[in-house]
Amino acid sequence: MGVEMSVAPVEVERPASDEDVRLDMPWVTIVWNDPVNLMSYVTYVFQSYFGYAKDQAEKLMLDVHLKGKAVVSSGTREEMERDVNAMHAYGLWATLEHQS
Amino acid sequence: MSSAFQHTRGGVAVRFDAAEAALLRKLFGELVELLDDGAGDADDDPLTSAVGTFEPRSTPDDPAVARLFPDAYRDDEEAASDFRRYTESDLRSGKIDAARVAAESLGDGGRLVLTAEQAQTWLTALNDLRLTLGTRLSVTEDHEQVFGALPDDDPRKQLWYVYDWLSYLQQSLVEALAHDL
Repeated sequence: MGVEMSVAPVEVERPASDEDVRLDMPWVTIVWNDPVNLMSYVTYVFQSYFGYAKDQAEKLMLDVHLKGKAVVSSGTREEMERDVNAMHAYGLWATLEHQS
Repeated sequence: MSSAFQHTRGGVAVRFDAAEAALLRKLFGELVELLDDGAGDADDDPLTSAVGTFEPRSTPDDPAVARLFPDAYRDDEEAASDFRRYTESDLRSGKIDAARVAAESLGDGGRLVLTAEQAQTWLTALNDLRLTLGTRLSVTEDHEQVFGALPDDDPRKQLWYVYDWLSYLQQSLVEALAHDL
């Protein structure tokens, strides 16, 4: 899907000053609830993309469904941009943010 | 009425009659038209297709398109725009290709047996269709009550029947694919 190529240059452009203090701090990918995606589909995506066991995938799906959102992965900003891009390819509503 | 998708020894199988196949081909075709905004032109320019567009990209105006390509950053417009510049063109091509492949695999209906790869393509293409129709209909969690109560001659009800059928297909496809997890 050319994900590596399309996401990588974002890092190059980013000013270093602002980033340095945040280097050790994890970014997170958040999936938000929406009325269209099927619960079974969301669970399937969490299992097949992230490799979560069924129980864990279902728990995250239920958090999305009942609490409105769930943190589904954490890591560097670049990694989270990759995950968000993958979630958008699956049609899930995902964002990334710096964990405060 | 079509069969649901089913896990079989030879792959995921489904059967559509001619009218159902024609409806699905039409819907996939409309999805391709919706998504093909000329961003595919980037493919003609190797540099642009490699690094993304240099133009700022804002959230798409059409709510259905915006739903397919949501902002990746909620509170940072500039970061969201940057993310779009590098990802949206590839995402669009991926979704367009999936809809085309699914449409082509239909033929005039009959029994289809999908390879694992085709089944994944169908999974995302069907879901993109549902997201598009769902946004057009402004469906909510209680859509069955809301739309079920509409009179049959309401055009939204006809569209909702289609949406509901796609949901049924998608559910069966997820179940068929979950076999191999």
